[in-house]
Amino acid sequence: MISQRFIESIVGLFVLIAMLALLVLAFKVSGLTSFFPGKGFTVTAYFDDAGQLKIRAPVKIAGVQIGEVKRIELDPVTFKAIVTMRIYKKYNDIPDDSSASIMTAGLLGDNYITITPMYSQAFLAQGSQIQYTQPAIILEKLIGQFIYKLGNTDKEEQHEKP
Amino acid sequence: MIASITALGRLGINELREFGKAGILLYQVLCCQPNYRKSIPLTLQQVYMEGVLSLLIIIVSGLFIGMVVALQGYHTLAKFGAAQQLGPLVALSVTRELGPVVTAILFAGRAGSALTAEIGLMKATEQLSSMEMMAVDPIRQIISPRFWGGVFSMPLLTLVFNAMAIYGAYLVGVQWLGLDTGVFWSNMQDSVDFYADVINGIIKSVVFGIVVTWIAVYQGYNAKPTAAGIAIATTHSVVYASLAILGLDFILTAMMIRGW
Repeated sequence: MISQRFIESIVGLFVLIAMLALLVLAFKVSGLTSFFPGKGFTVTAYFDDAGQLKIRAPVKIAGVQIGEVKRIELDPVTFKAIVTMRIYKKYNDIPDDSSASIMTAGLLGDNYITITPMYSQAFLAQGSQIQYTQPAIILEKLIGQFIYKLGNTDKEEQHEKP
Repeated sequence: MIASITALGRLGINELREFGKAGILLYQVLCCQPNYRKSIPLTLQQVYMEGVLSLLIIIVSGLFIGMVVALQGYHTLAKFGAAQQLGPLVALSVTRELGPVVTAILFAGRAGSALTAEIGLMKATEQLSSMEMMAVDPIRQIISPRFWGGVFSMPLLTLVFNAMAIYGAYLVGVQWLGLDTGVFWSNMQDSVDFYADVINGIIKSVVFGIVVTWIAVYQGYNAKPTAAGIAIATTHSVVYASLAILGLDFILTAMMIRGW
């Protein structure tokens, strides 16, 4: 016969494990809030168009993840997207004149930010802003422009014929 | 002709009587005067027997179901170049459906059958009648702790199952197939809603917990007091519980998707 005290402590442990699982489901899976901000520094960048960029999308240099997107807001004056990124602490030697661009992984994939390093001797630090940015490439816009151009060339040809 | 109609009527009356007996048992369990000093230790023992001892099978099956869903989902999604959506696929299917349903079916097999056999044997060996002779209410002493233990364990087991399944999907998707960690979690967090998906899954598991333990306890309490009777009761307990889970799951899903 197992003692009552042992049973009570095991059941307590069981409840604790389940509560831990609930916390994982709440914060890690459904992203209620990000609970444990890791070590790093935040950098902001203004984009004309953030496209389908999402919170927690990766920030990369040369395809290697160096941080993630923390916040996406709208600037009320310029109507640009302010993207706040958290860069991991160990990458503290990125030149501050680097440019940031929003790229798409594959044709239908998700957006991520690529930082192209330049040659300045000053480095990005907590709160600094990336000056040179390239907005997201929106596929629909590109297709629209392409079709518009096709239409124009057709018309020009028609004008030339008579 | 008349005889067959009579047989049908007798069958119907017997079935209704069974439902009535089960309802009365549930009423007695729910409405009996609780004696907290005595019944809480008894219930904790049952949480140990039904919940803690089921943890191993729940953890292992959760891990493997998560891994299998991730593997299957990856190969289908990769055809459309949408492998990044693996996180949402696994998380939604597990928290909404697979978690509560599979946990409840495993629980019916692991704990429900044991409950039925235990109570049935107590009845066959006349332990329940001797308790009544000693003025100990078997409902309070035996049935009620087992019922509440099962109802309490079920949502906790579902939570553990969900977390393990998603961890299994992470192992396969990120560690093995090489998806991006950030994309995996960010897509998942983007599409999984805490209240609509996680909490609704837990509500389902509470309902399943009530139904599974109710059926198990009733089948045991109402078993024929013979060896064959206990065997039949145990089989019925698992079969009826599994059918009830699948049927109720459809009804609950329909209610939840249409917003009650």
